[in-house]
Amino acid sequence: MDALTVKNVSKIYSEHKALDNVSLTIPEKTIFGLLGPNGAGKTTLIRIINQIINADSGEVLVFGEKLKPNHIEIIGYLPEERGLYKKMKVGDQLLYLAQLKGLSRADALAKIKIWLEKFEIKDWWHKKVEDLSKGMAQKVQFISTVLHEPKLIILDEPFSGFDPVNAQLITEKILELKENGSTIIFSTHRMETVESLCDHIALINKSKKILEGSKKEVKEQYRSNTFLVEHRGNHFTLPADKYQVKSQTKIEDDLFSTTIQAVNGIKGNQVIRDLVDITELYSFQEKLPSMADIFISLVKGEGDDALKKHLQEV
Amino acid sequence: MRKIWLIIQREFLTRVQKKSFLITTILVPLIFPAIIGVLVYIMKKEAESAKAETVQVVDESGKFIFENGRRFSFVPLSIPIEQAKKVYNESKDFALLYIPPFDINKPEGMIIYTKENPSIEKVGGLESILQDRIRDLKLEEYKIDKATLKGLKVEVNLKQINLSDTGEEKSSNSGILYGLGFGLGILIYMFVLVYGIQIMQGVIDEKTSKIVEVIVSSVRPFQLMLGKIIGIASVGLLQFTIWIILITVLSTGALGYFGLKMPQKQAMEEVVKQVGDENVKQAMDQQNSRINETLANLGEIRFGKIAFVFVFYFLGGYLLYGALFAAVGSAVESMQESQQFQFPITLPLLIGYLGLFMFILRDPHGSVSFWLSVIPFTSPVAMVGRIAFDVPTWELALSMILLIAGFLFTTWIAGRVYRVGILMTGTKVSWKVLAKWFFMKG
Repeated sequence: MDALTVKNVSKIYSEHKALDNVSLTIPEKTIFGLLGPNGAGKTTLIRIINQIINADSGEVLVFGEKLKPNHIEIIGYLPEERGLYKKMKVGDQLLYLAQLKGLSRADALAKIKIWLEKFEIKDWWHKKVEDLSKGMAQKVQFISTVLHEPKLIILDEPFSGFDPVNAQLITEKILELKENGSTIIFSTHRMETVESLCDHIALINKSKKILEGSKKEVKEQYRSNTFLVEHRGNHFTLPADKYQVKSQTKIEDDLFSTTIQAVNGIKGNQVIRDLVDITELYSFQEKLPSMADIFISLVKGEGDDALKKHLQEV
Repeated sequence: MRKIWLIIQREFLTRVQKKSFLITTILVPLIFPAIIGVLVYIMKKEAESAKAETVQVVDESGKFIFENGRRFSFVPLSIPIEQAKKVYNESKDFALLYIPPFDINKPEGMIIYTKENPSIEKVGGLESILQDRIRDLKLEEYKIDKATLKGLKVEVNLKQINLSDTGEEKSSNSGILYGLGFGLGILIYMFVLVYGIQIMQGVIDEKTSKIVEVIVSSVRPFQLMLGKIIGIASVGLLQFTIWIILITVLSTGALGYFGLKMPQKQAMEEVVKQVGDENVKQAMDQQNSRINETLANLGEIRFGKIAFVFVFYFLGGYLLYGALFAAVGSAVESMQESQQFQFPITLPLLIGYLGLFMFILRDPHGSVSFWLSVIPFTSPVAMVGRIAFDVPTWELALSMILLIAGFLFTTWIAGRVYRVGILMTGTKVSWKVLAKWFFMKG
């Protein structure tokens, strides 16, 4: 079953379209990257899913059900603009937020204990939030997001404000949550996070969805059949009807690095076969576009063909 | 409902558990009795410790017979003034009074010599002694005795009686009603302002600490707003109740400790003790009967009804303006920024407050008073000020229904602005922007 289905959702504010007929499918138990530049409409979409605002048209299904008020109990949301009550104690604060999400008092108390132990911060219960450092407060904020064991977790730029150690800790917890069956939506423009964590992605630009699929599919879609070869000796000739040499650089002595573009239909194995006969191979790899490359070129507004051309040139 | 209840609880508990709440709740009622207590104490001490000041007198007119009183004792000198000055300078006495020969129709030339600047009170005391004596001399001259003079004094008090439709007579006392209306009206005005601003502060805090988006992903913005308004109202009611109880207990205690009775009565007894004059006794009896009448009138005022109406308008006015304060808080990012909206929304309240003095207390049943006490924006202050003067039931009912409608209306408007405002940051807010938010779709 899909955790979330967004069907033809539009949202118009007086001056501009925030979302224009956006559809998305987020499979269960995956980490889904919702990408896009600032102002693309990501936050609007997330707020609609969280029922903070309503869509003008279209519908949202959560685990196959039309969005309804008690869905907030199975959603955990960490907004980009986040904060806590400064004067409240950590324990009271978590208890309050958990109860607002529908947990009973006893249930909430038990779960808070477990999470404080997980983060080794049991003695923070009576500390006021204003006495915590920014990183410490972020941990409390993260706990408040996942405390009610939501099946769908929405994290908007979760790593901003974390030092590398804590970012690593949070990453571990996110993977653990996924193992335990939660579906996680990341909204971010940090591509390294997307590369390492996300299974699926969607790219929203100027209120429209312009790309969606599993990470593998997307990379597959934008592969350009370009190969990077290191070899000894720079004199070889490849059949011009199948290959084109894009560039060649000298590494040292007679060790060279060459970028080769193959025509469609020629696979890596074929390229190697053709190469071993004419040169001494040191290394061979297919040049796959990084998520950052795809993101930048799509957002720059180039069409698919232009994108492929751009990717070949990188 | 459970969520609104959770919000109310949080708003209530975080405020009540603050040290500042404890301090203001206990200190404010202590301040009034404490001030009264301290003043009474100082006055008593001063009266006890004050010794009569010695005044040397050179009376060249020979018209004065000075009696030593509580405040001054007099030492007559029968030497020329120049010599007397030297004597005075060597003494430790308070003053030297010089009275040259004078015409009682034109008393002039009297001088007081002192070493330091004397207080106005003391100079005044001496002056009144001189004046009294000169007046007595004049009375003698015109051949009028004191008793005749007393007999000339007339005092008339109109007894006020309201004739109701049924012809039933009810005595009333506009003085008490004025005081009651005045006090209750001001109380409501202050309560609405003080707690309205607390709501606004609370909303601004949630917005600037950025917790608001986390909260509205769990509850509807409208629930959050309502929970906050009701939570703070409960804080206000609790504080108010504690104040009333403490003030009553402490004032009774403080007055009891210093052995004071009703102030006028005490003064009267004092006078009687000192003078023992028949006339004064008569005057006192008259005064006593008036006090009794006042007490009887107090009994006539239906406090139960007034208390009910007061609590109703207290809450109604607070809810009506509280919602508007919440809307303003949601739109701005600091208290300074809120100033431009604060004045316009509290203007009707201010009009009600001014109307209380200008119309309602002067002419409680006039048409301006009627409209002020019926229009929901001014009625909380106006009707409470007017209620003591027996408002017709239909007017009261109309005013109450309109107030309920009024706060539902402002809550609805405020809710629409609030739900958009709390999520907007970095916007330059104006009335136009607020209107746009109001009309924005969910």
